Amino acid sequence: MDKVVSVSFGELALKGLNRSFFEDKLIKRIRNVIRDIGKPYIYRDQGKLYIEANEGNIKQIIDKVKKVFGIVLVSECYRIEKDMDEMIKYSISEVEEAIRKRDIKTFKVECKRADKKFPMNSMEVARKIGHHILQSVDGISVDVHKPDLFVYVDIRGKSYIYTEKLKAFGGLPVGTNGKGMLLLSGGIDSPVAGFMMAKRGLRLSAVHYHSYPFTSERAEEKVKSLAKILSNYCGSFKLYSVNILKIQKAINENCPEDEMTLLSRRFMMKIAEKIAIKNDVDALITGESMGQVASQTIKGLNVTNSAVNIPVFRPLIGMDKTEITEIANVIDTFETSILPYEDCCTVFLPKHPVTRPKLEDIENSESVLDVDSLINEAISEMEIIRIED
Amino acid sequence: MEVYLDNSATTKPRDEVVEEMNYMLKEAYGNPSSLHRKGLQAEKKIKKSRESIAKFLNAREDEIFFTSSGTESNNIAIQGLINRYGKRGNHLITSKIEHPSVINIFKHYETKGFDVTYLDIDEKGVVDLKQLEESITDKTIVIAIMLVNNEIGVIQPIKDINNILAKKNKNVKLHVDGIQAMGKISVNVNDYDFDTFSFSGHKIHGPKGIGGLYVKKGLNLPPIIFGGNQETGLRSGTENTPGIVGFGKAVEILEENFQKEKNDVLDLKKYFANKIMKGIDDVKINSYVDDRCAPHILNVSFLDTRGEVLLHYLEQNGIYVSTGSACSSNNKSKGKSRVLDAIGLSDKEIEGAIRFSFTYNNTKDEIDYVVKKLKASVDEIRKITMR
Repeated sequence: MDKVVSVSFGELALKGLNRSFFEDKLIKRIRNVIRDIGKPYIYRDQGKLYIEANEGNIKQIIDKVKKVFGIVLVSECYRIEKDMDEMIKYSISEVEEAIRKRDIKTFKVECKRADKKFPMNSMEVARKIGHHILQSVDGISVDVHKPDLFVYVDIRGKSYIYTEKLKAFGGLPVGTNGKGMLLLSGGIDSPVAGFMMAKRGLRLSAVHYHSYPFTSERAEEKVKSLAKILSNYCGSFKLYSVNILKIQKAINENCPEDEMTLLSRRFMMKIAEKIAIKNDVDALITGESMGQVASQTIKGLNVTNSAVNIPVFRPLIGMDKTEITEIANVIDTFETSILPYEDCCTVFLPKHPVTRPKLEDIENSESVLDVDSLINEAISEMEIIRIED
Repeated sequence: MEVYLDNSATTKPRDEVVEEMNYMLKEAYGNPSSLHRKGLQAEKKIKKSRESIAKFLNAREDEIFFTSSGTESNNIAIQGLINRYGKRGNHLITSKIEHPSVINIFKHYETKGFDVTYLDIDEKGVVDLKQLEESITDKTIVIAIMLVNNEIGVIQPIKDINNILAKKNKNVKLHVDGIQAMGKISVNVNDYDFDTFSFSGHKIHGPKGIGGLYVKKGLNLPPIIFGGNQETGLRSGTENTPGIVGFGKAVEILEENFQKEKNDVLDLKKYFANKIMKGIDDVKINSYVDDRCAPHILNVSFLDTRGEVLLHYLEQNGIYVSTGSACSSNNKSKGKSRVLDAIGLSDKEIEGAIRFSFTYNNTKDEIDYVVKKLKASVDEIRKITMR
């Protein structure tokens, strides 16, 4: 008997002729996330992917692999020979193990037979194993509709016994859909936005804006921590850290106070676009959600959106704060996001920001500034930080 | 140039302290409780440190106990006193401007059914003595007051408090938090009539992770930590020998230089306050520059700036200070300093407050440099925030 982790793909199965491209990306990513856990052997057994493990590292492997996009289900399995006695023995011990952990009154055996040469069909196997479980485990009965416990038996090159299918995030392997530039603040939303787009196969890079010394270095450390958490899902990436204090000063001195936020945001979008294009990145990603703050009204979004020409993805646009927070909790960025350091948006916050800006007005205000040289100066001074997963 | 003016937060250990600690870590690493020679070697070093500290405070050696921090000292003292005398009554007194390691103990006992009076501060930054007098009853068992306030450096009138207690209720036990006071102003335990007095190593160029507690002879303070009965049972746990010995060394050096260092620091503070007043517009000095205040603390408001922003401007120039209060733009009341509020500062003055805290090796050259950078930073910030 060996312990293995089984991995099920989701949408990948639908990718037709491209399937192997997606699978290769996925396997590469799996190898990468478990590289520090003794380089376990990964193999395919009649279509399904397995990772060899042992009692000591299996929990760690599952924890890492569960975060890989493109995977739908992960299970901890016994791998045994295709021998009926063995299959019965380990099914019983799986049931006994499950009973020790939680209250179980009913069970069902589900068998899949990929190896059609196996002499019994799946119904017969399930029935036989179920019969033996009933005989050897007390206080338990069969319920084929809503059992407390499923015992899964997969018969492939070897046979695999398991009781739990852990849900992973699904999506598509990182890097299968090109590259996106995330505008990463220290807040709750932007890490979630990055997560959601990476889940759809985008390889991330990120840009962060600060106004040091109007903001603290601790605020930037917080952004690095958030980036680090994100990298657990989307792999290593580059974080561009840009100081926009000079730009904010210029706006502050020359433009109407109530347009401060929108004008700064337009600069942020333009800087992000410029870095993106230079690095062959094809889209921007923001954590904006409709109506959440003054600059995120439809008119506000229109004003910031028209600052750039490449697509801007806003995966949170239709979500409530509670929904966003839920995801932030699941992906473990929430606790870091709520650390109380000021981010650069709050420093120059106008008392009464415009909520229904006209693009024309904003463009007029902006026209008094030397936009290009302000942007170029900010970019020339930016810091590039490599976030390692 | 690097100028460290945050000596109320912590100080740099003196070289001699680090050497002593190094010796304790590398050579005299024995457990003082061990019966062999290596244990005795460590025990002797601890004894010497205890002697030095006792001498410095004019206390008896058996009145000095080592703990892990000023916070732990405050906890052992206040909790111990309450546990010991809780049968006599259920009324406790402290002030609104105490350090969290004091005030949060009182908040805890409040949930356990004790009544707590939190004394107000008058416009001079001193606890309201009239309120104190009125609040003392026969149910009052413990009072805790700090000797030197950490934000503006004002010295609290412990002797007046002694007099009030003598008049109103002699049984009340008094804990004095001396963490910002020791080594900065003269402390002779016989000048006062307190029962316990806490202090800390890292505020006087000793190491972090070591605190001390004076417990008046005869006071039978029950422990709050149980174990192998080190420190006469008051603070169990294997002694932090490098910390204790480093602390002792710091006190020995301090004792030799105390008067001189105290005067130098006061001169420096006067020099600094003068230069700021002359060189920078719209400032307000919030600390006394005389003996009503500890000599090492100078709190200043720079109007139309934000303390935290100014702090980061200074840090860019290698100058390290603290903000006067943790007031943030989003939440005006949350982090607002009670002391600065109590002494009548406006919100604007509180927002622009910076605490400079000096020590013996700061120089006038450093001060000149700091004032120059301060002026440039304040001008720059005002240009941005005032439109």
